[in-house]
Amino acid sequence: MLRRLHEMLVKEFIQVFRDTRTRTLLFVPPIIQMLIFGYAATLEVRHIPIAVLDYDNSQVSRELLSRFTASPYFDVRTYLSDRREIGDLIDRGEVTVALQINGGFAQDLGKGQTARLQVIVDSSNSNTALIAVSYINQIAARFAQEFQRTQLLRTSPFAPSQMPSIVFERRPLFNVNFDSQWFFVPGVIGNLILVMVVSLTAFAIVREREIGTLEQIMVTPIGRLEFILGKTVPFFLIGLFDTALVSLVGTFWFGVPFRGSIGVLAIGSILFILCMLGIGLFISTISRTQQQAMVSGFFFNMPAISFSGFGTPIGSMPEWLQTLTYLNPLRHFLEVLRGVYLKGVRLDVLWPQMVAMGLLGSIMLAISVARFQKSLD
Amino acid sequence: MTDHDTIPVLAHDLVKRFGDFVAVDHINLEARAGEVVGFLGPNGSGKSTTIRMLCGLLRPSAGQALVAGFDVARKPEQVRRRIGYMSQKFSLYNDLQVIENIRFFAGMYDVPASVLHERTEWVLYMAGLVGRESTITGTLPGGWKQRLALGCAVLHRPSILFLDEPTSGVDPISRRRFWELIHAMAAEGVTVLVTTHYMDEAEYCNRLVLIFQGRIVASGSPTELKQQAMAGELLLIECDRLGPALDLLQQVPDARHVALFGKALHVVVPDAQTGIPRLRAVLSAHGIAVSRIEPIRASLEDVFVSLTAQLSGQRT
Repeated sequence: MLRRLHEMLVKEFIQVFRDTRTRTLLFVPPIIQMLIFGYAATLEVRHIPIAVLDYDNSQVSRELLSRFTASPYFDVRTYLSDRREIGDLIDRGEVTVALQINGGFAQDLGKGQTARLQVIVDSSNSNTALIAVSYINQIAARFAQEFQRTQLLRTSPFAPSQMPSIVFERRPLFNVNFDSQWFFVPGVIGNLILVMVVSLTAFAIVREREIGTLEQIMVTPIGRLEFILGKTVPFFLIGLFDTALVSLVGTFWFGVPFRGSIGVLAIGSILFILCMLGIGLFISTISRTQQQAMVSGFFFNMPAISFSGFGTPIGSMPEWLQTLTYLNPLRHFLEVLRGVYLKGVRLDVLWPQMVAMGLLGSIMLAISVARFQKSLD
Repeated sequence: MTDHDTIPVLAHDLVKRFGDFVAVDHINLEARAGEVVGFLGPNGSGKSTTIRMLCGLLRPSAGQALVAGFDVARKPEQVRRRIGYMSQKFSLYNDLQVIENIRFFAGMYDVPASVLHERTEWVLYMAGLVGRESTITGTLPGGWKQRLALGCAVLHRPSILFLDEPTSGVDPISRRRFWELIHAMAAEGVTVLVTTHYMDEAEYCNRLVLIFQGRIVASGSPTELKQQAMAGELLLIECDRLGPALDLLQQVPDARHVALFGKALHVVVPDAQTGIPRLRAVLSAHGIAVSRIEPIRASLEDVFVSLTAQLSGQRT
């Protein structure tokens, strides 16, 4: 038993490490993807391109607009003179938002009346649009408040202390600066490991089926378990190594704090990789060609990532879908990753996730091993 | 090498269905120690399926097969320890060195450490790869690869060897060398079951089994097959305008299995003495000049063509 397993492993490692290209493929793309995703995967909306149209052209209106110019959230691209230009700019996607200040803006404010700021927004990306509108709201509200204050100061210098207002003091935990990279980088680690381990495992077995060596191995006395172990152990180790590699990039390149224990992360990673091996193995039992394996892998990867809480918060999904996400190992692994990285929590908090991954992994591996027949029909 | 009492390969009413399609239809088979049995048949006739069932790669839908005395459906692991299998696809690892492939398969077959060295040397010698141990297998020429594949399939000295079109895509000289190896093994008592397309290869077999549409339609030694299958005498005709001649001969009542072989026609007639003048007369009457017409010995290819033609229901 051990001898055959040993020979399988020797063979697998020779195959993986002899070819420079394969060797590179295992370790370089994860790092590159980590860098790309680390920068790109973010919910923050900054530098929204806007156009402004100021019919009022007063000191007050210019002051309001200067708030937008100064904001890191907006880039004022053009100053328009005709409202008919707005439609075209938005159609061509050159600006997302157009602000229009009508004549009489300053006058209305001066008289203490409601002045209108018209906002035309491209809401084809509803998320960006909502965020943009809320930023505009904040800027306008603050401007109005300060305008009121200066008006009051001018008429009665002692009045402002009597103005009631609520000031909220925020005390964020874990991610003080609301740095969205801190949130995303651990998620990217999970995604990368998922894609790597599932496809490597599925492809390794299907490739042997395709080139005919699987048939040759099947007529030897090798046991089903020996073969499966021989095929999965290398990818288990590579997966673990890749986890460490991209975690290091997360910590040292992106500066995401690592507050928890490496041990807890290791346990989580091991359990998660076992789940992914189960999935990869399962895909290999239902695919005859590498092409089929690729498509099947895609059908798993996409929903697994979408419904993991990587981007869309699970809390904002329909309830039945929220329940289903408990079957998604990535959901649990992301909770472990974020918990360990940002909150520094330990097993006393993360044990349910660990148990869930352990159970899911065992079930998936059991199904795949049972499905993996040492025959061709 | 085999236990004296067991018949190495014994199949009884073996059936394999894939959905509605019957790939193997009640095949009965027996192969004795040291026998080289050839499976002959067109593509899709069920040769490979039969071999795969005998190796335990496919489960029989019905019937029973005993290989080395073990039921292939119930004790496939016992069977696998005792057989060697080599398929039409070249199935060694192309990205491994020659010696790494040998070691890998030796490991799979649990070749004892004490004989590992000797067996490795033997495979290298047999395949003509001494001194090229660390060559990457994929870079070897076809004939060498295929001898190496054979070597890897027999590292554990199996008493039964299954070869599924082992020489497809290999040059004639390599093929001849390959068959010398097969015969050397058979001489030591190894039972060999081989499927092939090549008629010249079929001549190397002690016994041939013709498979057509999943059934065994004829079997016997190559000589027996030639005699029993033709039922008449085979004539060779060389003439001009082969196409019209072929059409014409197909109309002659007594002429059967008219077929084109190279630049000549083969025709089977009940009797050469009366047949030759009659056919010559028919051809000349239509202005076809006959340069040669004489009885010849049937080749296996003639047998094969005539049998499959008969079974397909076409009278040619």
